[in-house]
Amino acid sequence: MVKFSENKLQEVQTIINRYPEGKQKSALIPLLHMAQEEFGGWLSPESMDYVASILGIEPIEAYEVATFYSMYNLQPVGKHLFEVCHTGPCMLNGSDKIINYIKTKLNIGVGDTTEDGMFTLKTVECLGACGYAPLMQLGKHYREHLTEEKVDAIIEECRNKQ
Amino acid sequence: MRSSKNAEINNKKTSKAYSNMAKKVLLEKAHVEGIRYYDVYRREGGYRSVEKALKMEPAAIVEEVKKSGLRGRGGAGFPTGMKWSFLAKPEGVPRYLVCNADESEPGTFKDRYLMEFLPHLLIEGLVVSSYALGSNRTYIYIRGEYAWIVEILEQAIAEAKQNGFLGKNILGTGFDCEIYVQRGAGAYICGEETALIESLEGKRGNPRIKPPFPAIKGLWDCPTVVNNVETLAAIVPIMNMGGEEYAKIGVGRSTGTKLLSACGNINKPGVYEIDMTISVEEFIFSDEYCGGIPNGKKLKACIPGGSSVPILPANLLLKTAKGETRYMSYESLSDGGFATGSMMGSGGFIVLDEDQCIVRHTMSLARFYRHESCGQCSPCREGTGWMEKILNKIESGKGSMSDIDLLWDIQRKIEGNTICPLGDAAAWPVAAAIRHFRDEFEWHVNNPELSQKQNYGLANYANELSIVS
Repeated sequence: MVKFSENKLQEVQTIINRYPEGKQKSALIPLLHMAQEEFGGWLSPESMDYVASILGIEPIEAYEVATFYSMYNLQPVGKHLFEVCHTGPCMLNGSDKIINYIKTKLNIGVGDTTEDGMFTLKTVECLGACGYAPLMQLGKHYREHLTEEKVDAIIEECRNKQ
Repeated sequence: MRSSKNAEINNKKTSKAYSNMAKKVLLEKAHVEGIRYYDVYRREGGYRSVEKALKMEPAAIVEEVKKSGLRGRGGAGFPTGMKWSFLAKPEGVPRYLVCNADESEPGTFKDRYLMEFLPHLLIEGLVVSSYALGSNRTYIYIRGEYAWIVEILEQAIAEAKQNGFLGKNILGTGFDCEIYVQRGAGAYICGEETALIESLEGKRGNPRIKPPFPAIKGLWDCPTVVNNVETLAAIVPIMNMGGEEYAKIGVGRSTGTKLLSACGNINKPGVYEIDMTISVEEFIFSDEYCGGIPNGKKLKACIPGGSSVPILPANLLLKTAKGETRYMSYESLSDGGFATGSMMGSGGFIVLDEDQCIVRHTMSLARFYRHESCGQCSPCREGTGWMEKILNKIESGKGSMSDIDLLWDIQRKIEGNTICPLGDAAAWPVAAAIRHFRDEFEWHVNNPELSQKQNYGLANYANELSIVS
């Protein structure tokens, strides 16, 4: 059974209070983010049902939204998720090379997770940081101006966090 | 003669002939240490516009914005004052202001810069605009990936509240206003205002059919104004200096300053504030701005206003078809229409050097639009995927001449046939690439093996560039 902690439930209430009475469905996207963070980095059907029950909406309304937005992971992902941008401006600055390097280094394809469950590699569309290309999103932050050396250092940093 | 002109253009990156005359009204204080925090921001003159505006009638503020000539900085360039004046004001119905911070047009990262370094400038602009429009509950809808900026904005909101510029009874005037930050979750389409509203209501980001426009029926069916981050930040200098003074900056109907985010193959990628009177050439080659092309490479092409606007080859970029200097203004960039011009768009300035492959680059953009299509309208849902596949086929050396015509045909059938402008945005880059670089597409078809080993390069565009004088 998934359940938010007392602290998180208070945060849920703060979020719901941002909207006029009866419009609590607006909290769906923030709550799905919260569920993903709290319950293992992805949205299981159970997590989505739980969020829907908090907001008093049908589960299908949560599924509809979760399947629309690219930041929600509908499958389990590794402990560290590398989301590398590969849209036009990043491509002009060598994002393909960086993606290939990560693939070789971790011995996985795009969309795959390493066997030890540590890393998942995803390509994403424009992260809105084109001047600092190539880059990836790692957790809440961007890692910019990527080079092979920087990728090595990031992988090392993640391994050390274990 | 030809080669010397070419050399001249490429050498200008080191020339000191350019001077930055641009007046900065948004980023002037961006480098002041600690400007992100209230105390420093206030000491530097922050929140004066709120003190001034809250003594005025809301309608008078709308008038000032009209006088300023400010045009929406998100991409469409619609006059902001006019948009504001459309807002319906039925008795007893709340009105909303929503700040569009869903910056996701490839090539664009100016709003991120503003929010990250000058969060109080946005909050200040939002308080004034909320007062002008009568919004007591204002939302900043920010793209989900900018997670760390949410914290910066929330910090700024808390500080503004502690100091009486937000919350109940602001400055004792009886005006109440709360600002909330709402995170998106990864969807380019939510930058379209009705999709953004849907998303803010907790739904999929499917654009609505207009009319009714948000000004009549927007968030929770109430009258709503949606404005871009930069537009709302510009309200601060407009209030401080007055609409007429603001309108004196710039040229013609391109009043004020514009933030440009420059990227691609340039020496100095970054965010620049310009007053729309400088030439495109100066913007690319001056050290003040992009600093020229790295490694002595030549300029091949450029997308001047975000991935959706037409790409231009170097010759048409620096000069209009009439041979006149092209400037970084709304009018000059669109001079010649789509046949020989482009658009200011969102200010996402993407530069391609001689080594870049137009087919591959166009394929990358087509993939972006296929991924971001919401799927509501079939021309866009099916067409974007079809275009990506054909471009992939040509790029990988498996294309035929008829594929190029098919590509042209598909983009024609998407444009204008969808609920929202994403269809147009997907069609235009493909159309412009074929219009200006058809020989590069044909070269891929005619040289399937060679095209896998090397790029087409500049070909005759290098010559084209030098003819311009």
